[in-house]
Amino acid sequence: MDLSVISINFKFMIGGLVLTFELALMTMVGGLLIGIILAMARLSPRPWLYYPATVYIHFFRGLPLILVIFWLYFLSPVITGKSLGAFPAAIISFIVFEAAYFAEIIRAGVQSISHGQTMAAHSSGLTAYQTARYVVLPQALRNMFPSLVTQAVIIFQDTSLAYVIGLREFLRRVNLVDAREARSVELYLFAGLVYFAICSAGSLASHRIEKQRERSYH
Amino acid sequence: MGFLNYTFDWSVLWRPPYGGLLINGILITLHLSILAWMIAVWLGITICVFRVSPFVLARFAGSMYVQIFRNTPFLVQLFFWYFAAPLLLPKPAQEWLYDNVPNYSYWAGVAALGTYTASRVAELFRSGLLSISRDQYRAAYSTGLTVFQTYRYVIFPYAFRIIIPAFTTEFLTCFKNSALTMTIGVMEITHTAYYIDSFTWHGLETTTAASLVYLCIALCVVLFMSFIEKRIHIPGMIAREQ
Repeated sequence: MDLSVISINFKFMIGGLVLTFELALMTMVGGLLIGIILAMARLSPRPWLYYPATVYIHFFRGLPLILVIFWLYFLSPVITGKSLGAFPAAIISFIVFEAAYFAEIIRAGVQSISHGQTMAAHSSGLTAYQTARYVVLPQALRNMFPSLVTQAVIIFQDTSLAYVIGLREFLRRVNLVDAREARSVELYLFAGLVYFAICSAGSLASHRIEKQRERSYH
Repeated sequence: MGFLNYTFDWSVLWRPPYGGLLINGILITLHLSILAWMIAVWLGITICVFRVSPFVLARFAGSMYVQIFRNTPFLVQLFFWYFAAPLLLPKPAQEWLYDNVPNYSYWAGVAALGTYTASRVAELFRSGLLSISRDQYRAAYSTGLTVFQTYRYVIFPYAFRIIIPAFTTEFLTCFKNSALTMTIGVMEITHTAYYIDSFTWHGLETTTAASLVYLCIALCVVLFMSFIEKRIHIPGMIAREQ
């Protein structure tokens, strides 16, 4: 064990966390937006909305993220004529992929609201939009909050896959330092520890919120 | 057949060197994930037993395992098994490993995927046990069954059937995660698709084929498991809505 390798390269490696957080945040925002649209389409009674959304969700949930990244990497020059940069390629494939998972979380949240609520809202004269905005969504959002936080933690971990197309996020930087210093044990334990600290903070927060919510119901 | 300045050449999927490589990739993906899955199920059951045991220390160890493996990215664990784990062995063992195990990356992949999936399987089994009402345990104990018999003949047959859908999903996650072993050089299907691109510049065709392979296998597993689910469902319990 030689921990000096970590202290010497600490700034370089931790610097990669900025990119990791950037990737995670952009994926969460983009994935959530597309996920909401997909979930609405999947809950819609119109077949031309329902079937494409369902196929999209099943398609991407059946593939490994790493393959989606490569696929986009090979496909984008065919469509646009020039190669996409590493950062846009990573962001687009993350958003496209995670949107399918978000869509299922949101759908489950919306479906957890009993049908009686929608019927009551409709019969008191609310429009479909008002029912969604004031009755269903506020409750559904509260129900799906823990799953959303869990998904956020998963996304944070998944950003490490940007490694494969050469983005210098946290794990790539640890890998680069290891290539130079050849101190795998210390470096990968360190990487694991950093991810562990951040992700367990997220998991703990989700657990807290869930507990609090349970209490507020009784 | 041009499409925006790109000529598709689907023959890379079956042309002599590449067709064989792709088949080989599919086989490696399959046996790597099945081997890892077997480790995951047995290790997962063990950890689950730890987590529900009456001993504080065992419970703590079990929950630590789950926390550690779930809160670090799989890629970091994979790198740890591949780059760091051999260094922790004593010198002679290390040398033996480098001399005699040419496909160490494959075994590192199996170990990493197995131990990672085990943490998820353990949580799954635990949620299955928690879904059984306390009265079942009480009834089993009061008829004179031992703890082992209670779990073996009363709780487990129920709990397992409740978690089958999630069990299927978990296997598919394990199967998809096997693609990440390409980062340490295992020649599974995703890596093969990428590798063929470096000779032919036809990565789009090969990655499309790889996607179809994943989707087809996933579909087969889902169909097979829903058949099993119907065959062994508990009479009187409401079937899962599709």
